[in-house]
Amino acid sequence: METLSFEFPAGQPPTGRALVGCVGSGDLEVLLEPGIAGTLTIQVQTSVNGAEQRWRHLFERIFQEQTPPALNIDIHDFGATPGVVRLRLEQGFEEIGHD
Amino acid sequence: MTDLLTKHSFVELGARQRTQALLDAGTYRELIDPFQRVMSPWLSRQGVVPQADDGVVIAKGSVEGLPVVIAAIEGNFQGGSLGEVGGAKIAGALELAAEDNRNGIPTRAVLLLETGGVRLQEANLGLAAIADIHAAIVDLRQYQPVIGVVAGSVGCFGGMSIAAGLCSYLVVTREARLGLNGPQVIEQEAGLDEYDSRDRPFIWSLTGGEQRFNSGLADRYVADDVAQIQQTVSALLLQGVPQQQRSRRAEFYLARLAELDATPQIEPATVRALYQGERP
Amino acid sequence: MRGLQWFNALSAGATPVQGLPDSLKVADGQLNGQSVRFIAVVTDPNNRFPRARNGEVGLLEGWGLAKAVDEAIALGDKRPLIALVDVPSQAYGRREEALGIHQALAAAADSYARARLAGHPVIALLVGKAMSGAFLAHGYQANRLIALRDPGVMVHAMGKASAARVTLRSVEELEALAASVPPMAYDIDSYASLGLLWETLTVSQIEQPTADDVARVCDCLVHAIKDIHTPDLSGRLGAANRAASSHVRQLLREQW
Repeated sequence: METLSFEFPAGQPPTGRALVGCVGSGDLEVLLEPGIAGTLTIQVQTSVNGAEQRWRHLFERIFQEQTPPALNIDIHDFGATPGVVRLRLEQGFEEIGHD
Repeated sequence: MTDLLTKHSFVELGARQRTQALLDAGTYRELIDPFQRVMSPWLSRQGVVPQADDGVVIAKGSVEGLPVVIAAIEGNFQGGSLGEVGGAKIAGALELAAEDNRNGIPTRAVLLLETGGVRLQEANLGLAAIADIHAAIVDLRQYQPVIGVVAGSVGCFGGMSIAAGLCSYLVVTREARLGLNGPQVIEQEAGLDEYDSRDRPFIWSLTGGEQRFNSGLADRYVADDVAQIQQTVSALLLQGVPQQQRSRRAEFYLARLAELDATPQIEPATVRALYQGERP
Repeated sequence: MRGLQWFNALSAGATPVQGLPDSLKVADGQLNGQSVRFIAVVTDPNNRFPRARNGEVGLLEGWGLAKAVDEAIALGDKRPLIALVDVPSQAYGRREEALGIHQALAAAADSYARARLAGHPVIALLVGKAMSGAFLAHGYQANRLIALRDPGVMVHAMGKASAARVTLRSVEELEALAASVPPMAYDIDSYASLGLLWETLTVSQIEQPTADDVARVCDCLVHAIKDIHTPDLSGRLGAANRAASSHVRQLLREQW
């Protein structure tokens, strides 16, 4: 098990917060809460070791498309594929009302 | 065909959504929500990733205007197994509901049981919490009915199957299973001939919702549909405590078991006839 | 066999209670001049249910315990109930699952809990194994839990071999984890650190108790009975290893 931290440039914090997913096998739980304007922080607690670069690359790809809102994101991951991680993040952003 | 269009699966919902579905619109209020991050003190050190709500949702609200607290176990996290925190959430909520009643507030409880029992990574704290839950159910039952719902797909096993047996009323679906020991453990302890844990029809024939209902070990058998389950739970909450609490029927069950020839291996039909059959 | 030995030793001269399964030993005796009911689950090689012959708590035992406790409640004198606990597990079997062993164990827990709520002092004396469903049915609803100190006295949710299999670890790995995760451990000292026991006692001969052993245990039981002031299980909270259990209750109360 590993705990990883990431930081990305961001826009404004949203008004709401959201929780998506569940720490089931092959799944992950994502807590999204308003953060400090300009910064998006992500903590990942994951059952899979040695995947820091893959997480970083996945987040970079997602946030390249669109500047994310300023959030503190907590991820509890139980071996989700990058596809599932992206899906959950997108669900989370949608619930927060990110546009 | 209309059924497929109008039914909404309860089984496919997670614990939080199931809880929301059962409460009157707009009344849902979660206690110790996941953002408070009250998590297991024991999992991380074992390399197990925790969940922010420790796999249990506690929410207050109303059902048909009656004050209710719902405790829902998330079957997708560690098989719904109970650890120290999740167990304390359930026991504590039931304890406060009983206290409410002693202070004139008629709070009732609904337990959504999707659980394998004790979380082995927390063993004795899970077991102790389940004992607390049993104590709290019996206490609250002095005042109000405690409704248990086992919907599937995990079912209700281990120490929490005893909690199901303590409920005033038990609601089950076809997908549900209710048994003390998990199939794999029985197979391990007693051998394949005694119990084949991979034989799904066999397992459901003995411990599935339909069989339990037809044996008098569950009170309502409902389709996997949110509306039907919500209506069933509401009706039971309005009903008050049952005339006969199943867990207080020792004389009845001892008498029926005395009639049973236990020499041959047991069949589902035998159980149904034994418990539900008419007697002169 | 410790359950039977301690039952015989403590209930010497007591009046056996009839009409219960052979796997239960129930007798009405005296402690310090007070009427008490002793209850034990013992081996029964002739049990009609083959998977419940070695002291396991099965169908007959669950419903029988409920009956024994209900009858004590009906006596009306709120006499103390002393549960002698030496139960290796619940019964594992097809008959048991089919006939609703979960419901039988619920009945036992129900009766013990109601007795406690009605004002009966309920004491559980752990003289051997106190495992999972069997302990939930017979002992875990007590006001006070007392354990004898001995390697054969253990509380747990599942035997080591099964627990290892279910958690996909080796027994060695499990034992290593248990060394740093007190709730996972099998020994009575680790269990004591959880704050659930009221007292632990050392005796000289746990398998065949001496007169001194019996006297010491009786003394402890009498003190335990006198120490009970509430009908709930709140006495089990407070140990450092159970801090989260209190914290959760406090938060629930604040947010209620």
